[in-house]
Amino acid sequence: MTHSTLRLGALATAASLTAAPAMAQSIDETVNAAFANSTGWFVSFIFSPFPGTSFPWIVAWLVIAASVFSLYFAFIQFRAFPHSIALVRGDYSDPNDAGEVSHFQALTTALSGTVGLGNIAGVAVAVGIGGAGATFWMILAGLLGMASKFTECTLGVKYRNEYPDGTVSGGPMYYMTKGFAERGLPGGKFLAVLFAIFCILGAFGGGNMFQANQAHAQLTNVVGEFPGWITGLVFAGIVFAVIIGGLKSIAQVTEKVVPFMGVMYVIVALVILLMNFNQIGAAFGEIFDGAFTGKGIAGGMVGALIQGFKRAAFSNEAGVGSAAIAHSAVKTKEPITEGFVSLLEPFIDTVVICTMTALVIIITGQLMTDPATGNYILNEAGTAIQTVDGNGGVALTSAAFSSAFGWFKYVLALAVILFAFSTMISWSYYGLKAWTFLFGEGKTQEIVFKVIFCIFVVIGASASLGPVIDFSDAAIFAMAVVNIAALYCLMPIVKTELDSYLSRLKSGEIKKHV
Amino acid sequence: MSQILVGYDGSDASRRALDFALAAAKSANTGVLLVHVLEWSPFSFLTPNEIEERHKRRKEELERAETAILAPVRALCENAGVSVDTAVKYGHIANTISDMAKAENVAQVIIGRNGHTEAGARIFGSVAGSLAQTAPAPVTIVP
Repeated sequence: MTHSTLRLGALATAASLTAAPAMAQSIDETVNAAFANSTGWFVSFIFSPFPGTSFPWIVAWLVIAASVFSLYFAFIQFRAFPHSIALVRGDYSDPNDAGEVSHFQALTTALSGTVGLGNIAGVAVAVGIGGAGATFWMILAGLLGMASKFTECTLGVKYRNEYPDGTVSGGPMYYMTKGFAERGLPGGKFLAVLFAIFCILGAFGGGNMFQANQAHAQLTNVVGEFPGWITGLVFAGIVFAVIIGGLKSIAQVTEKVVPFMGVMYVIVALVILLMNFNQIGAAFGEIFDGAFTGKGIAGGMVGALIQGFKRAAFSNEAGVGSAAIAHSAVKTKEPITEGFVSLLEPFIDTVVICTMTALVIIITGQLMTDPATGNYILNEAGTAIQTVDGNGGVALTSAAFSSAFGWFKYVLALAVILFAFSTMISWSYYGLKAWTFLFGEGKTQEIVFKVIFCIFVVIGASASLGPVIDFSDAAIFAMAVVNIAALYCLMPIVKTELDSYLSRLKSGEIKKHV
Repeated sequence: MSQILVGYDGSDASRRALDFALAAAKSANTGVLLVHVLEWSPFSFLTPNEIEERHKRRKEELERAETAILAPVRALCENAGVSVDTAVKYGHIANTISDMAKAENVAQVIIGRNGHTEAGARIFGSVAGSLAQTAPAPVTIVP
């Protein structure tokens, strides 16, 4: 798989280089080569398969964890779903707490960190390699992931640090140290440091370089080829202005526009589906069929499953620990309510938005099939499915949407850039929290991190898709390795919280305010 | 006799409303309830940083409302010989005043009006207009 994406990346680079000036070529090429060389070993380790198979152990790790949490909490994601909606609507909010962060705000802020390129470009990568069947596994992983998210966000709020000035710092680093100490378990500090290191890498990778990379891809798709470092510098400048210059207006504008973009994206996808409503049944048939047969893709059914699971995890970040950082900043009397609210995130992110992207790509016939066998036609290298225009990643999504509405590629380009930007802002916050956990709270430490963060924007926009997507996945999954290990140790604490809350909800001690 | 509720935000218009309310309170031999509403919606969008700082900011905003907006006029009311209660609330301005009027069972509501044109009020909505529609007690709008 690593090689397949690498090769795809190489193709993309080759294509982009033909039109670029010679000097730009060398800058992008140098950055790309240096980056691929220095991160290759890490990527190979994270994605190494079980001996004798092609199944990466990390994918099994995530899905087993999500299944364990689902069973341990007796499918809390379905039992608590209506209550989660009621919390977000504010039914249980005390009017005297008005002015504090609401559950709705916590949810939308955490969502704007996860809804982004994973939903648009990531899904295209998944169905481009794994076929329609990958969608089935992606939805399944999304539904199971809701339980992981519930567990980590409850712990994130419960064990955060509150400082005298009223600000808070929280996340897996804090529940690892404090939660382990409370249960008398060893190794909490070690896990916390390891997690913080991976979180910083994740912030530079999936939270930054992948975003810059795909934003650039989208720009070239609309305005024509130009070197990536130009996009990188512009983006880095804006990110710099926001996170170092304290230019709040840009972040606030993005934060307000992104939710509307998300809603609009889903509406347009629904319209395209309605326009092709007679093919919806066939599309779902293709999804179920492909899920269990693979329909001729590289790796067969397992290939579809791996792609689906990988993209779901990368998109909704359940079990990764990032949402625990976002939610822990919310002031609430009941930590578990943040857990309830957070379980809606994988649902909205993966089960709704990612599925929309996949359905639009499938229904608009972007994936080429052999009319005789019904199987997919693979590209020359045999690593990915041949698409109508030879597109992959975000360009594939763009082509799918544009086949229905020609103007949509401009809207999508804007959406991608805004999503990329809001994800970067969110991840700069997650990375910063990990950084200050390692190096201590302080202005100097913060500035150092933020400057490095901006440098990675330029690297991300210059490097080609293959190495960037591999490194992004690897860093984010490395966070999940450490985080899930800690969640297993701490899940009895969540269980106690859950039982206490549910009994008080039943007895009427926790009551509605409307 | 129940109190007279005055919507007060420190503006000239709300100051005129307060003067009017003080005269009314004196003649009716009752007190005033000064309500300052900080515009807030639980359904707005915040950045991660804003979320982290929200609790701290809320504290600062409440303190500022108390010291910079309500404290100066509290003295003014007391000098006028009218007893005064104050409240600072977060929420939609008209709804919050209306809820407060209901909860405290006030005799009447007095608010100021900034010289909006009719078109402006139609587009942006007006606090005075909404209150006139929703308040549980008689509403006086002071121009």
